[in-house]
Amino acid sequence: MNELWVNGVRHALEVDQTTPLLWVLRDHLNLTGTKYGCGMAVCGACTVHVDGAPTRSCVTPLAAVAGKAVTTIEGLSADASHPVQQAWVEHDVPQCGYCQSGQIMAAAALLAENPAPTDADIDAAMTNICRCGTYLRIRSGIHRAAELAREA
Amino acid sequence: MNRRHFLRASATSAGGLLLSFHLPALATARPFEAAGEGEEINAWLTIAADDAITIRVAQSEMGEGVFTSLPMIVADELGADWSNVRAEYADPNRSLREDGVYQRMGTGGSRAVRHSLPYLLAAGANARERLLLAAARRWGVPAGECKAANSVVTHNDKTLRFGQLAAAAAAVTVEEAPLKPAAERTLIGTSQRRLEVPAKVDGSAAFSMDVRLPGMVYAAVKHCPVIGGTVKSVDAAALASAPGAPQVVKLGHAVAVVADSYWQAQSAVDALPVAWDNGPGAGGDSQAWRAEFAAALDEPGVVAAEQGDVGAAFAAAESTIEADYFAPYLAHACMEPLNCTVHVQAHRADIWTGMQNPEAAMAVGAEVTGLPAEAIYPHNCFLGGGFGRRLNTDWIREALVIGQQVERPVQLIWSRAEDTRQGFFRPMSALRFKAGFDADGKPIGYANHSVTHSILAGVRPDAVATGIDPSSVEGLANLPYAIANTQVSHTIRNTHLTTWFWRSVGATQNAFARECFIDEMAAHAGQDPFDFRRALLGAEHGDTLRVLAMLEEKSDWGRALPPGRGQGMAVFEAFGSVAGQVAEVSVSQSGDVKVERVVCVLDCGNVVNPLTVEEQIEGGVVYGLSAALFGKITVADGAVAESNFHDYPVMRMTDMPVVETHLALAGGDKWGGVGEPGLPPAAPAVCNAIWRATGKRVRSLPIADLDLSWT
Ligand code: FES
Ligand code: FES
Repeated sequence: MNELWVNGVRHALEVDQTTPLLWVLRDHLNLTGTKYGCGMAVCGACTVHVDGAPTRSCVTPLAAVAGKAVTTIEGLSADASHPVQQAWVEHDVPQCGYCQSGQIMAAAALLAENPAPTDADIDAAMTNICRCGTYLRIRSGIHRAAELAREA
Repeated sequence: MNRRHFLRASATSAGGLLLSFHLPALATARPFEAAGEGEEINAWLTIAADDAITIRVAQSEMGEGVFTSLPMIVADELGADWSNVRAEYADPNRSLREDGVYQRMGTGGSRAVRHSLPYLLAAGANARERLLLAAARRWGVPAGECKAANSVVTHNDKTLRFGQLAAAAAAVTVEEAPLKPAAERTLIGTSQRRLEVPAKVDGSAAFSMDVRLPGMVYAAVKHCPVIGGTVKSVDAAALASAPGAPQVVKLGHAVAVVADSYWQAQSAVDALPVAWDNGPGAGGDSQAWRAEFAAALDEPGVVAAEQGDVGAAFAAAESTIEADYFAPYLAHACMEPLNCTVHVQAHRADIWTGMQNPEAAMAVGAEVTGLPAEAIYPHNCFLGGGFGRRLNTDWIREALVIGQQVERPVQLIWSRAEDTRQGFFRPMSALRFKAGFDADGKPIGYANHSVTHSILAGVRPDAVATGIDPSSVEGLANLPYAIANTQVSHTIRNTHLTTWFWRSVGATQNAFARECFIDEMAAHAGQDPFDFRRALLGAEHGDTLRVLAMLEEKSDWGRALPPGRGQGMAVFEAFGSVAGQVAEVSVSQSGDVKVERVVCVLDCGNVVNPLTVEEQIEGGVVYGLSAALFGKITVADGAVAESNFHDYPVMRMTDMPVVETHLALAGGDKWGGVGEPGLPPAAPAVCNAIWRATGKRVRSLPIADLDLSWT
């Protein structure tokens, strides 16, 4: 029996310890907002926060998050009110949307560390792939989210 | 600000924002579940008592914005209050049962808006007339004196909301529903944010991999590494003690494993010993194919277009130039790997997948299960990218075959490696060009021969009976440049790989090669590439000339640049639209290329939603740049070598240029495509810019494979 804390809720699971967190979230907890893109930490679609740090859940075994707090897109805010989510809607960032949970989680983690990132900071932190090519709107969305957080 | 501060700030900002910023409440999280509450006014829309309007979308939402642009068309004609409109998928099964009520449901060829415009306007007009008639009857006034706007019908000072009229409107019949004059439209042509975006920022938007059904199990698959090969034998006993009760399903060309969770299924299929018969493609090698394609350029092709006497022109020419170009196979690499959930029962089969062609899915469902097509229920989902790949049905067929054997709902997921390797690639192509010039540098002869793997040979063999695949000579056979003597010929050369429609199809490789060679011709003639093209474009290419004029101005064409930096341009007409681009690149002395800026001018005639048009151009440029800079699928011993984004790299944030989009719209009756036209000019504009930066011509893609160092 494994204990897992996700979005502030404790789960007790009978799942093999080596199972990647991504599939535990998706298939055992039905938290399907976190996406599978590559399975080898190269695309970022599966990004979640583990104790606040952006983490690629597809290569994170369940055992590695024991006793830690996992936050997924579903838990980023109760009502899509996180500044990154607001800015994403305002700037119409998503196209197909499939990469966007990961992009939003990566952007939220960046802003938590660095409330006023430069374009170079964004280039360095935002390594997630978007095949629809929404990068410019992701960039402007991050600047807008930083602004929203400051305004508040 | 530390993290705790930030979180507090976020919490406050949320409260403040709610006052200033409206989040649409009617986001569509599960597009396939008809929530259409209230009265169905006609097959295309429902109106609820609270005035909420649900508009049905018969095309696939894969990022191109049809969940917004198509409802805008209906809503404008209807006189709807846009802030209370939501979208959901139209039901393909109903369309089959009701004589094609949703018309063509496939989404491809950048046709969604331009093909459905007339019947979506008609659907909106029909619903509006019903509402007007219902109100007129209630008030005892002529319907012609009533007006509908903002979801309210008015007559003098009397008003009724659409929601109050919905039931009566559903019951009336209308004879005729004339369209509004275009001048009375208020929505079409305005920038509107996407309706489904709220569901795409909180994880609730349902892609097909997010489908969850009671009792559902998962399947993972391993295909023969050589496309066209088959399973010789499987040692299913090796999984006897594996967790998740894995069940092996043989698919002929692949094996699947079904288990309680995807990870168990994938781990089991990875571990499963399979012996393959690699089939006729066993020895395939993309290096060798490239040499064969090049050799075929030396042989005569089938003439696709001809004018004058190109041989005589070359003989009389003062000078000639020649160049060979090459473009590799490419994968679509949609962000969401292929996946499909099915529930096959004795009396019906349900299919949940992100699909570009639900009618083909029904046909495959009927074929595999033996049920009538009316018993096949496809449920389209949000597509995590389509780019043409999801026009096919190969993975749907696999899921259905698996579903027949498990008697439970089953979700099949292809790993990224399977998705990258198992085909339906953008074709490989070799292209040769020759041009002859008179003493004044005017082109008097132009010959082009292309050798390309045919897409249509595998889909509609009758379409290539002449020896020419029309999709392979797009932009080549219909050369816009007026040169007195031209010959365009083509050779089909297929390998064992399977090819398919890839965002902008033949235009991808043809725009690259043609527009780079035209640039070589301009340079040879000592002319500016804008001026050179203009001199060859007749009055019938007025749209292209207008695009070029705006492009030259908006791009600061010809501005002074330091060594290692250059501008390049290209223009291409396809899918009913003209797109021109200027790229500005910098190339380090060691040869590293950075695309700094891309200016795009588009003429798609008219626009429904300028915001999504801009987004599609940006997306098309990025998709085109990924291919130009990095994209190649290679084959050794018959098997595709690339498997994932580490060896099939694509554009990331740090690679991004500034992208500017400008519209030079022809207006009138012209409606051109948008999803694809932004892509073709990207590669040639960048390659032509690299030449100006380095003096080196790029004649083979991807750019990353070339030595572009300079001193
Ligand atoms: S799925 Fe985890 S990084 Fe791609
Ligand atoms: S929005 Fe489609 S992959 Fe990013």
